[in-house]
Formats: sequence, structure tokens, C-alpha cells
Amino acid sequence: MSTNEPQPKVDSAPPASPPAVPAPTAVVPPKPVAATAPRPAAPAQPPPPPAPPAPNPLAHLPLPFKGVDYAAKGYHADATVSPDLVVAVAEVLDKEGLSLDTITGVDWMAEGQMEVVYDYFHPAKALRVVVRTRIPRDNPEIASIHKVFPGANWHERETHDFFGIRFLGHPNLTPFLLPEDSDFHPLRKDYAP
Amino acid sequence: MIAKDAILSNGGANETFVLNLGPQHPATHGVLRVKMTMDGEYIVRAEPVCGYIHRMQEKMGENRTYAQFLPNTSRIDYLSAMTYTHGFVGAVERALKLQVPPRAEYIRVITSEMNRISSHLVWWGAFLLDLGGFTPLLYAFDDREKILDLLESITGSRLTYSYFRIGGVYNDVDDQFLKGTRAFVAQMRPRLKMYRSLVTDNIILRKRLIDIGPISKEMCRKYGATGPVIRGSGVPYDVRRVEPYSAYSEFDFVIPTREETDSMARYLVRMEEMVQSLRIIEQALDKLPAGPVMAEKVPRVLKLPAGDYCYATEAARGRFAVRIVSDGKEIPYRVKLRTPSLSNLSLFEEASAGMLLPDALALMGSLDLVIPDIDR
Repeated sequence: MSTNEPQPKVDSAPPASPPAVPAPTAVVPPKPVAATAPRPAAPAQPPPPPAPPAPNPLAHLPLPFKGVDYAAKGYHADATVSPDLVVAVAEVLDKEGLSLDTITGVDWMAEGQMEVVYDYFHPAKALRVVVRTRIPRDNPEIASIHKVFPGANWHERETHDFFGIRFLGHPNLTPFLLPEDSDFHPLRKDYAP
Repeated sequence: MIAKDAILSNGGANETFVLNLGPQHPATHGVLRVKMTMDGEYIVRAEPVCGYIHRMQEKMGENRTYAQFLPNTSRIDYLSAMTYTHGFVGAVERALKLQVPPRAEYIRVITSEMNRISSHLVWWGAFLLDLGGFTPLLYAFDDREKILDLLESITGSRLTYSYFRIGGVYNDVDDQFLKGTRAFVAQMRPRLKMYRSLVTDNIILRKRLIDIGPISKEMCRKYGATGPVIRGSGVPYDVRRVEPYSAYSEFDFVIPTREETDSMARYLVRMEEMVQSLRIIEQALDKLPAGPVMAEKVPRVLKLPAGDYCYATEAARGRFAVRIVSDGKEIPYRVKLRTPSLSNLSLFEEASAGMLLPDALALMGSLDLVIPDIDR
């Protein structure tokens, strides 16, 4: 299982759960947990350990892509790059003929970081690619890729709305889905309405 | 296209005015606003303004359990609820490595394709309404009603189904549904032929659509446009074929494409898709396996192993993808919903520059927008 190692466990950070929301009926009481196994414990064990790591469909590129088991994750290749490389990576993937799927963020508050996730797909073959980068949470700035993929314009505005990540060089980083005068970022984990 | 060049090349020397379209306008199919800078009847710049029915679905995903979020997925694109629920349950099933029984997968395919037809019928009626033809809407809703009745009989709902559950579907289909669906398929085929002679071959419609609003392959790729928009530009991209999910690899169907790239191409692609959906439904009914419709041992408390999981489906408007980031708790750490209408509309500003206003509305209609799908 070629899990992506940058996936941190935030188990040790109880405040990571959204504090503002009045915990909707706190889920089902934990009684049945003991009755059922915590994992589905797949009886027939499909074949989870594909002995060799999944082949890297982008091995010919000078980028740190790793092959990912599509059946387990839903994408074929994954790369973690430094924040100043996202535009260059977008250019390389553009030349490969990929299309921009979406851009989004993940707030890793416990680590003081924001993850920016770029999803790409290929319009002609089964190739889904994820590019991630991490930027400091207290100064979330990253270059815009709208010059490479004009479709990034709206995705970056949306990510700015939700996380407050500033995309440098963006032509119009104004609220997109939030009200035009909004100054809050609801998907930050410390957001309190 | 003399006018287009003249409009766009004189550097804004002409006097322009701003025309506000929406947010309450019948042509925008919901609360979309388009701020249009006009030079007479010609569009200099049309900037869509989104967010009027933003509901922050992704925040809701972070404060309830996976099962509790399920009903939300029917309410993103309310015309294509099945495929959206499929994307979400698919991501959870992928993370839990749940094996969905074949019968459930077949039922998912049948209901998804019915849903696709009903969605395309709404588009068809509403699009023609935009273009000034009222009657086709009544035909479309007549046929759609039959689909809604059938789906209501098994899901209990007519629009926001929430029928797919994590591990399978809510309940099994009965003979009445299977018989009714077969009858519907038999009935719908001649109706689609009639639609052709009634509307598609109509010279007024053709003059409104042919060569109007061309969208090149390259523009689709740069903006991430999918669904009938990219297929109308000659790219056979369909998640059902490229990343086959559920039972789609077991059916014989073609991905309709057109090379013309204009609004008529997108129209014809959708009309052909309904024919293909009928084919898929028929094959699925023929091969429907027996067995349970729910996976065994679905844990009552769902905790996804830490990590991120994606799942993409082909909704009526294109590629819908879910990304769940889990930290191992019962509540998702992050739920990202990638919706097709947003990417499809994002190219409108570039594609509509220099067009006549009524032509731009024909282009917008041919994108088949559902606004809650953009705003989420």
C-alpha cells in the first residue's frame, strides 16, 4: 500500500474538530463499536498488498511523482512539491496534455500548515494526478497558476474564500462564492461564525 | 464574425454599457448573475457572478458523520442526484475497501442512467424554452414524469433520492419497477425519434445553434470542461469509459462525440446520450444478477483510515469528483466536491466575448448549468 507519507495524523490534536458547530447529535452512541469490528475486516481479502508499488505513469518527467494504487486511492500518481514549484509543475503537466480538475486546500492546523492540492486529469486516458504542497498557515501565499490553466482562476478564488490562501499574481482574488464583503474563511479549522 | 473582431479589436473605443443579467432571470436557470459589458447588441465581456445560493456544503461535510452527510450529496446538483450520491458513497467504500454486491451495482447503473435521461430532458425542455420554443418542455416533462414515478416507487423520493447507501442501495427493486422500466425504455425510443422530427430538424433551431458558441478542444482542456461540453468538442472523455466505476465496464455503449464544437454539437451529444442510456438500462435489466443489495458487515460507525480518497463519476453535466481527507475519526476532516458545472461555466467569459447577446444565451443554455452545482 503506497500511502502518501505526508498524510499526518492529527489524532493528538483534539481542537482540530470544528469548535463552532454544535456537534450534531454526537453521532450514534459508541455502544455498537464493541459489537462490530472497527474495520470491515474484508473476509476475502481482495488483493490489498500489490507486491510492487504501483507503477508511476509519469516516470518520464523530472518531477517527484510516485505511482499510487488507483483502486485504493482513486488517482494514479501523487507528488509533493515545494510551494515555489507549483507553476512549473503545472506547465509540465500542461505539456503532457493534462487538464486541471480542481484546486483546493486542507487546513492542518495542528501542524501550522495549509496544504494546497492540485488535481489534474487527462482528457484522453485514465490518468489522475495529484500535486500537493504545504505553505505556512500564518502566511498562506502561493503563486497562481491561472496563466497556465485559465480554469484555475475560479478554483483559486474559491480556495481563497474558504481558506484565506492568497494566490499571488491572481487577476481578481475577490470573494467568489462567499458574499462580496466577506472577510472570513469558513474552512479554516479555527473558524467561528 | 466581422462584428466580433470589430468589437474586440478597437480597444474599447466604442461606448459600452453594463447589462446585468440575473440573478433572477429565467435564462440563467437559477440564481446566476452575469455582468455583461455590452457594445450595442454585442458582448465585450460577460463575467458570471456566482455564489447566490452558496450553502457551504463542504463545511457541512466537516461537522457530521459520513452517513449524515449522505443526504447533502443529493442536493448539490438536484437534477443528477444519483451520480452525486454515487461519488460520495464510492469514496467511502473505496476507503473502507467495501465490496458492493453486483446486484447493487447494477441497480445503481439503472437508476443513474434513468436519472441522466430525466436530467437531459429537463435541460432539453428548458434550453428550448430559452430559445423561444415552449411546447417541447411539455413533452419533456411528460416523459420525465414517468421516470420520476418509477424512481419514486423504489426510492421514495422524486428528486433528491439519497438512494445509494454506503455499501449498496437502500432497498431492492421490485418486479413492478423492472417491468415499468422496460416499458419506459420501449416507450422512450420512439419518443426520441419524434423529438428529432419535432425539434432537432427544425430549421429555426438549427439556425439558432449551428456555428454558435464554438468551444475548442483546447479551451475545454484549459478550463477543465467535461461532460457533453468536451464531447461536443470532439473529445470522447467520459468517466464511465476512462475510469470505469461501478459496473459500467460490463455494458456495451458508445460515447457520442461531435467535431463541430458549436452549440448544436452539444445539443446532439446529449440527445444521443439519452439513446445510449436507454441501451445501458436495457442491458442492465437483461443481466441483472440476483443477490443482496447491501454489502455484508458495513460497520455501524464508519471510521475511514487516515489518508485521502477520491472517487469520480460521470454526472449528467460531466465529471463529478469527491475527495475525502480522513484523520481516522468518525467525521471527515475535509470533503472536497469537484462539480462539473463550475468548470463548464468558467469558460463562458472567454467563449462569449464578441457574441450577440441572444447567441450567448444559446451558448449558456447549451452548457446545461445547474446553479446549486456551481455554488454548492
